[in-house]
Amino acid sequence: MITLANVRKIFNQARPNEYTAVDGVSLQLEEHDVTVFKGPSGSGKTTLLSLVGCMARPTSGRIHLLGREITSLPERFLTEIRRKTFGFIFQQFHLIKGISVLDNVMLPAYPCGERLSVLKERALHLLDLFNVSQKAHTRVEWLSGGEAQRVAIARALINGPSIIIADEPTAHLDSMHSHELVEILRGLKNDRKTILIASHDPIIYDSDIVDKVVHLRDGKVDEGDTGPRTRGHLQLLKGR
Amino acid sequence: MIFHPAIIALCVASLFICLMIAYSAYYGIKIVKGWDIKSGSEQQLVLERRTYLISAILTYVFGFYLISLFLYVFTVDRLHIVFTGAMCAAGVLKVNSYGYPTLLLKIMIFIFAGLWLIVNYADNRAYDYPIIKTKYLLLLILTPLVITEMILQAGYFLQMHPNIITSCCGSLFSEGKSSLTSELASLPVVPMEVAFYLSMLLTVYLGISFHRKGEKGYLFSVTVAIAFLISLVSIISFISVYYYELPTHHCPFCILQKEYGYIGYFLYVALLGGAVSGMGVGVLMPFRNIESLTGIIPSTQRKLALIAVVFFLIFTALVTYRIVFSNLVLVS
Amino acid sequence: MERWIERQKNILDFTLSSLFRRKWKNAALALVYVFLVFLLASVIFFTHALKQEAGIILQNAPEMIVQRSIAGRQAPIPLSYIDKLKDITGVSAVKKRLWGYYYDPTAGANYTVMAPEDVQLDPRSIIIGEGVSRTRQVFKGSTMRFRAYDGKIIAFEVKSIMPSESELVSSDLVLMSEDGFRRLFDASGEYATDLTLQVKNPRELSVIASKVVHALPDTRPILRDELLRTYESVFDWRSGMALFLVSGAILAFLILAWDKASGMSHEEKREIGILKGIGWETSEVVLMKFWEGMVVSLSAFLAGIILAYIHVFFTSAAFFEPALKGWAVLYPRFKLTPFIDASQVATLLFLTVVPYTLATVIPSWRAATVDPDSVMRM
Repeated sequence: MITLANVRKIFNQARPNEYTAVDGVSLQLEEHDVTVFKGPSGSGKTTLLSLVGCMARPTSGRIHLLGREITSLPERFLTEIRRKTFGFIFQQFHLIKGISVLDNVMLPAYPCGERLSVLKERALHLLDLFNVSQKAHTRVEWLSGGEAQRVAIARALINGPSIIIADEPTAHLDSMHSHELVEILRGLKNDRKTILIASHDPIIYDSDIVDKVVHLRDGKVDEGDTGPRTRGHLQLLKGR
Repeated sequence: MIFHPAIIALCVASLFICLMIAYSAYYGIKIVKGWDIKSGSEQQLVLERRTYLISAILTYVFGFYLISLFLYVFTVDRLHIVFTGAMCAAGVLKVNSYGYPTLLLKIMIFIFAGLWLIVNYADNRAYDYPIIKTKYLLLLILTPLVITEMILQAGYFLQMHPNIITSCCGSLFSEGKSSLTSELASLPVVPMEVAFYLSMLLTVYLGISFHRKGEKGYLFSVTVAIAFLISLVSIISFISVYYYELPTHHCPFCILQKEYGYIGYFLYVALLGGAVSGMGVGVLMPFRNIESLTGIIPSTQRKLALIAVVFFLIFTALVTYRIVFSNLVLVS
Repeated sequence: MERWIERQKNILDFTLSSLFRRKWKNAALALVYVFLVFLLASVIFFTHALKQEAGIILQNAPEMIVQRSIAGRQAPIPLSYIDKLKDITGVSAVKKRLWGYYYDPTAGANYTVMAPEDVQLDPRSIIIGEGVSRTRQVFKGSTMRFRAYDGKIIAFEVKSIMPSESELVSSDLVLMSEDGFRRLFDASGEYATDLTLQVKNPRELSVIASKVVHALPDTRPILRDELLRTYESVFDWRSGMALFLVSGAILAFLILAWDKASGMSHEEKREIGILKGIGWETSEVVLMKFWEGMVVSLSAFLAGIILAYIHVFFTSAAFFEPALKGWAVLYPRFKLTPFIDASQVATLLFLTVVPYTLATVIPSWRAATVDPDSVMRM
């Protein structure tokens, strides 16, 4: 379970360009659920995900991750938790150009000091799972959009994370690939992964895999704007 | 002043190291003053990130001093040609009063930097950085040492007046100095050998027992420090003699030379390595009851104790091998 | 421990691949780096080899030379001094030496003319060094004419040419018999250029030297050790001066290195951002940057040293020739004996790799401290 208590994130504090990205958010996110953060751009979705994902520390407030308080941890330890617990899928995939697909997938595991042969095996297995193993030794810039996305997901899973964070994963995909992504996420959900997605794409937030939709506006949780359809959908799921 | 390339190299590199350490100290003070682990402010994040830089710099300083130590001795040794009466580094270090203090400071800084890195290693493993302030206060002790060392070293080389022929005066004679090596303290051999082996035995025993049970850490560290000093004296008193196979040659530097297979490097690296890791155990002792370090320090200390024991055993083995197989018989 | 090694290996592996991807971007810096190491190493190897050479030559030099000086200038020494010197206790042998310089207007060069006691030559023949042979185009069997003190021309037959192994010293030598020497320079039979002394116990050298000054106040003894010392300092001074002149280049290189390290390309910044985003820790990126620096440094260092080695010991420091040729017209074509020791390498390390590493540590650290969440905002 992930608990956020009155979490606030201010950038450029005490400077003229001070700006509050997340403003007093309190939330409870269940394990093994798919949660979508929905809201216009600039609403604080991405910042909130980066706070939960141990990428940044909140200016104030507390975050408990699987029972551990993570807000006062130094970066060094946040990173350690992050790479063991989270897998990230970024908006633009952010694969590193010039190296092979396989190297890209293994990259997050390099600092963990695993034997390279073991690592390679696991990476190939993941690529196989997402049907891109034949491209393992291709450079990433030669991949199609859909392939790049699947490689990015394989990379997110290399360290065996329990929580997947995806930031606007469909922003650069056409509808077909977006649906494909939903199916992949469904598979991950069936593997009992917790999934957190920031998206304003209806293909994502209207999908039947979603357990909870959190609306954000100006860095706050917008309780009033939770659409009835989604809520109904949620009821439906809970009823099942 | 002698314009030897190695002298320029030593002085230039020292200057760089000084600048880096002064830079670290400056930010060390900022960290000591502004540190608040609980705060999520950007200021705190900036300080936290500084610690990475300072750790990196101190690692370089540590590595630098190890090489610098040997290059210093080597260079000084090379210079014996230009000084009448000097046979090797031992004599050249005496040409003015800065030579030996510089050497001692280099050794001290090396050990100190090593100990600092050990403390840093332990602290970085605790999620709340509990000894960060102590650590950066220690850095403030190291800084003046490094600066003093640079100044002494520069003074040593600047104040050198080599005995060379100049156009105005004829020839120079050695002033009938007695051999410098003979002036080095030559302690009675048998008691020294006994003291040496006793200290090694005690160090190894305490080290192994610490590794097993984690007890008597302070005692072990103090023993290591004493064993380190006894070993240094022993090198002058009898170890070097066995290597040279000359009962009157007590120089601790000549063993670094090619004629003796560079064995000195192995001896000194083993000794310094043993001293740093062994004393590291004691340095960590006061912090072992801090809550976030209870899971970290004892295991680190055990590893250190083991490393120290291994280093001292290597040293003792090298020495014993030589004593047994040397053609020289000091003790019948 | 194994984890630690694997970790280093993996990070090094990635570092190498990213360096390789940007090889052209790094090429300029690497080239300058190689050149700098090459330059410094050449200077150090060259002067060290010369020093070594001088040491070998001096090994065969007499332990003590006694010269006479009049009004502060060296003057011919009377042969009668030989007996006086022999009387000093501890002196085992005294020998006279005849030598001087001869200016040859045809070649525009100075020769060192010697009349060695241990080489038997008839009054009309000479042995010449390779340099003399080369400039005057005289070879074994040909005649060489010298203009004596009184303007008369004396012809000598070249009996042989000295082997070139020791060319550094023998290049400009002309050996002739004592008779020939005296005829050429009008040197009276009662004088020698200087005297050499052998002593029974080398430890007493300085004592004997002071006795020499005492017995013959117008002489000055010169010890071999003093010559050695002087050579040592002169060569050290020379290489030190050269390094001092190159120090500007070192500084320029450091500024370049700093600039290169701080001015990362957009692509590089993006990469580090991604690494941080996917779970690399600041210290791991610092480690990567450390390996990057080490790889660049050590390869440039190795390349520079190897090039300098070839330059100094195989081409006899061809690049320095123009500068050194100013010394003498009879520039010897010498081959230096290869000689490198650990302290030379350590010196070079301290002059190049250490400053480079320190100059790049702050920029690398700055690069490594990108916010991990920056990847979300890219």
